[in-house]
Amino acid sequence: MTQPSRGGEYDVAVIGGGLVGSALAWGLARSGQKVAMLDEGDIAVRPSRGNFALVWVQGKGLGMAEYAGWTKQSSDDWSGFADLLREQTGLDVAYRRPGGFMPMLSEEDLQARANTMMRLHNQPDMIPYPYEVMDRETLRKELPFIGPDVVGGTYCPLDGHCNSLRLLRTLHKGIGLLGVDYRPNHRVESIEHRDGGFRMATAGGEVRAGKIVLAAGHDSARLAPMVGLSAPVRPQRGHVIVTEKTAPFLHHPTVYVRQTDEGGVMIGDSFEEVGFDTTLQPGVSSAIAQRAIRFFPLLGKLNVVRSWAALRVLTPDGFPIYEESTTAPGAFVATCHSGVTLAANHALTLAPLIAAGGLGDRFKPFSARRFHVPQAA
Amino acid sequence: MFRRLPEIETASSTVAFTIDGRPASARAGDSVAAALLANGVTVCRNTPVSGAARGPYCMMGVCFDCLVTIDGTGNRQGCQVRVAPGMAVETQNGKREVER
Repeated sequence: MTQPSRGGEYDVAVIGGGLVGSALAWGLARSGQKVAMLDEGDIAVRPSRGNFALVWVQGKGLGMAEYAGWTKQSSDDWSGFADLLREQTGLDVAYRRPGGFMPMLSEEDLQARANTMMRLHNQPDMIPYPYEVMDRETLRKELPFIGPDVVGGTYCPLDGHCNSLRLLRTLHKGIGLLGVDYRPNHRVESIEHRDGGFRMATAGGEVRAGKIVLAAGHDSARLAPMVGLSAPVRPQRGHVIVTEKTAPFLHHPTVYVRQTDEGGVMIGDSFEEVGFDTTLQPGVSSAIAQRAIRFFPLLGKLNVVRSWAALRVLTPDGFPIYEESTTAPGAFVATCHSGVTLAANHALTLAPLIAAGGLGDRFKPFSARRFHVPQAA
Repeated sequence: MFRRLPEIETASSTVAFTIDGRPASARAGDSVAAALLANGVTVCRNTPVSGAARGPYCMMGVCFDCLVTIDGTGNRQGCQVRVAPGMAVETQNGKREVER
């Protein structure tokens, strides 16, 4: 049994019940902490219910080699993470790692992509991983259905995908089995750091904890300054389309199109700077559908059954923020736009460090202080 | 299980089509779903994930349980398509295939 913490009822309160918060709460409880997870209700800005479900490595981390390494580690740990979840909950999150493709529609794009992958790997401190730049004929051996406009692409054997709705459900079941106190309808209004602990005024009453982790996605921008942290995140909208369930034919995920474990084909990857607006734009849906059909013409025969828009949680440079407050020690922030890819890290690496008391030097590059460099005149 | 009303039985002309390659007969104006039921086919597909049996249910385009392959195109709603002479209707086992 853990000792009662100085701050009151809980060792740790995780604020946010999406993929980042749930993975952290799962890992904290597994590390022996008494955990509360404070969540909003059914109506919340919740990218965890709208994402594309890739567990993706290739191309990430140009500008921050530590992020590339962090991503690779999560990908390497994902299979074991999925096994742990299945053993604990009996639920299969359908993680597969068949390798992923980034198909390209012009020689210029393919060359730019190859350059990006090379610059990524030329960074100091980069942990290399295998990838290939493929011409059309090589690509066609792996993806036989590509259309005539596809000139080639890049491939990385580390890339994979899962069923991300089931991941969220599985984590929630898992934290219940681990004794986490899940509290929906507990939007945090204010946080007070007092006597070495934290008191939160929430929509469901006061909650006290020795440590807190801000994993509230977009709402972390509001919460972080309450404990001397900073989380300058903004919403970036992405549209997703899903087709009727179809017999398996697409055996590798791509950045734009993937076939789910249950057979539906998901089409995505739009980037829109429109604030907190999840309204579907038919023009965007049709643009991503047309692009998907250029990659895989046979998709044109399938019926669409649903489409939606969700809001990525983006920092100014696109890399995560992991940081402990210096003015309110014991308050942590964790935010990223890859809650699926990084779930294994959050559960198996980050949560045990927070349980043990601190992040250590490895996480210094992920501090939000990188955004506070004064602008040159 | 299903019988036609007597006045319908005699009033309309017949249309020849096939169900899974077997010759079948419908009344002019029948939907594919109605024709399947009239020919004793109450299970027209198995669901894509669990494989549970499904047959025509709402008959008005809402429930999507009557999905069948019609003239080579999968996942058509049988209740929303009229039987045409020579039409090839196939029951579906599991997911449709992307090329048909």
